Amino acid sequence: MEYLRAFAVGGLICVIGQILLDKTKLTSARILVLFVVAGCILGGLGWYDRLIDFAGAGAAVPLPGFGNLLARGVKEDIDTMGAMGILTGGLKAGAAGIAAAIISAFFMAMVFRPKEK
Amino acid sequence: MNSESYDEMVKKASPDSPLLKDCIRAFAVGGLICVIGQMLTNFALNYGLDEKSAATFTSVTLIVAASLLTGMGLYSKIGKFAGAGSVVPITGFSNSVTSPAVEFKKEGYILGLGSKIFIIAGPVILYGVLTSVIVGMVYYFAGR
Amino acid sequence: MAKLTGAETVVFSKPVSITATASTVGTKEGDGPLGKLFDRVLTDNMAGEETWEAAESAIVKDDLSILFEKSGVRPDFIIGGDLQNQCCGTNYGVKDIKIPTFGIFDACASFGEALALAAIMIDSGAAENVAAEVSSHFCSAERQFRFPLELGNQRPQTSTYTVTGAGAAMVSSADRPPYITAFTAGKITDYGVNDANNMGAAMAPAAAECISSHLRDTVRDAAYYDLIVTGDLGYVGKELLLQLLKKEGIDIADNHIDCGIEIFDKASQDTHSGGSGCACSAAVFAAMLYKRLRNGELKRILFVPTGALMSPTSIQEGKNILGTAYAVAVENEVIKWNI
Repeated sequence: MEYLRAFAVGGLICVIGQILLDKTKLTSARILVLFVVAGCILGGLGWYDRLIDFAGAGAAVPLPGFGNLLARGVKEDIDTMGAMGILTGGLKAGAAGIAAAIISAFFMAMVFRPKEK
Repeated sequence: MNSESYDEMVKKASPDSPLLKDCIRAFAVGGLICVIGQMLTNFALNYGLDEKSAATFTSVTLIVAASLLTGMGLYSKIGKFAGAGSVVPITGFSNSVTSPAVEFKKEGYILGLGSKIFIIAGPVILYGVLTSVIVGMVYYFAGR
Repeated sequence: MAKLTGAETVVFSKPVSITATASTVGTKEGDGPLGKLFDRVLTDNMAGEETWEAAESAIVKDDLSILFEKSGVRPDFIIGGDLQNQCCGTNYGVKDIKIPTFGIFDACASFGEALALAAIMIDSGAAENVAAEVSSHFCSAERQFRFPLELGNQRPQTSTYTVTGAGAAMVSSADRPPYITAFTAGKITDYGVNDANNMGAAMAPAAAECISSHLRDTVRDAAYYDLIVTGDLGYVGKELLLQLLKKEGIDIADNHIDCGIEIFDKASQDTHSGGSGCACSAAVFAAMLYKRLRNGELKRILFVPTGALMSPTSIQEGKNILGTAYAVAVENEVIKWNI
């Protein structure tokens, strides 16, 4: 059941992205930005955590989940350290993901040559 | 002929993307990536990690896997099939970081790989952090 | 002597021959419907080089050497162009050949411009032989104008696929068919198209204006030509071209083909609207049209390479994509123009 919910919710979030791709002239880069920002706002309102409670990775793995992570981080840091948390919370919460992405990209660039589609 | 009426002609002549087919594929692949994510999370939880660490473990594993697939030239093939199904999950973010890194290494480590690694991730991080700061301000001044 | 006729057309009453052509293409083009007609098909689109840009230049160099061999002459000049920043594809390709070179840019219409300028040089006596040569490479174009190749995104149905390859023609004063008998130079058009994934729509108006000017200036019917061949409008652009011309009372539905549609098999090669790029029209001209002119299957064609004019900067700044086209009449006999 847990997996089914993850599949359905994760899939549906992707379908929203697909409709935007096909029906508007938005590029995939804009979709990424849009989804992270949307997730961050929904997280700020406290709504996205409820979706994660329901769907688990189905809501955490898509990019709105990353935006939500930033919002959650900001709130936590504000709770523990006050106003400075406004600045530190977001990047701190996203640090693992961002670092993993750029470090792994760096090593892939060392190993692989560009390929044709 | 003015550009408005030409625009009409263009719209009529341009075939739409096959929305239903695209959506089914995006649903299936996107859903599958999330299921893999759920399996990773459960694995980490069973291993004794707390919820937060399990979430981080899941993201990092997916990111590294997608990065590897990108380097091998496979992620673009998945993307062609799945569309948003492989763009929207965190793996799509990873793909958007690794693809310019591999592509632009030939232009040097600093201004090639180093700067172009962020051509898509840069805006994501900027606007994500910007939004988080706004969320933080609202939370600090009004939310608590 | 060459003569300006009507508003935009130059006609040649002296023989201006095309004595040989050469075509080199990438693997995907080699798998396409015209695969067997090309002089050379690459087995690896990197062409043994380190970068896509260097690969394109290697293709240029190879294709020119095929052209020199087939025509048996070293030309006095080369007129060449490509899609890379500042014509680098051409320049690095010709640097070791040591022949004076004119670098031109008219995007995918460059081959039309090269043929037209070469014809003027031959007609004026400035040269005996001029090589017209253009190239494009899917990977160098994709990298420059769109996204990294490994990015997992989908291409819209209206998008075209840049042809990897080069096409070249030896334009000569030797009196041997086929001949360039006239050309109509394109005006730059702006019909408000700003979708970089719909180049056919940006170019179709330029092709329509150019073809209709040509027919008006030369007092010819569309049916005069066995074929009217556009460069890389693709399926979307072809549809628009036919509609635009119909509005002017010109019907070319029966004798129009588009190189972008010919070069790939839409169903099996997933190329959406068709092929594009400088090499699209040039390689199809060199491999298919020229051969059919030589063996008499075609007697007169109007060859209309089309170009979408823009740069990564102009696109980012939200400017419209401009269109251009050159109509070059290639016929098996010299025309004694008196218009």
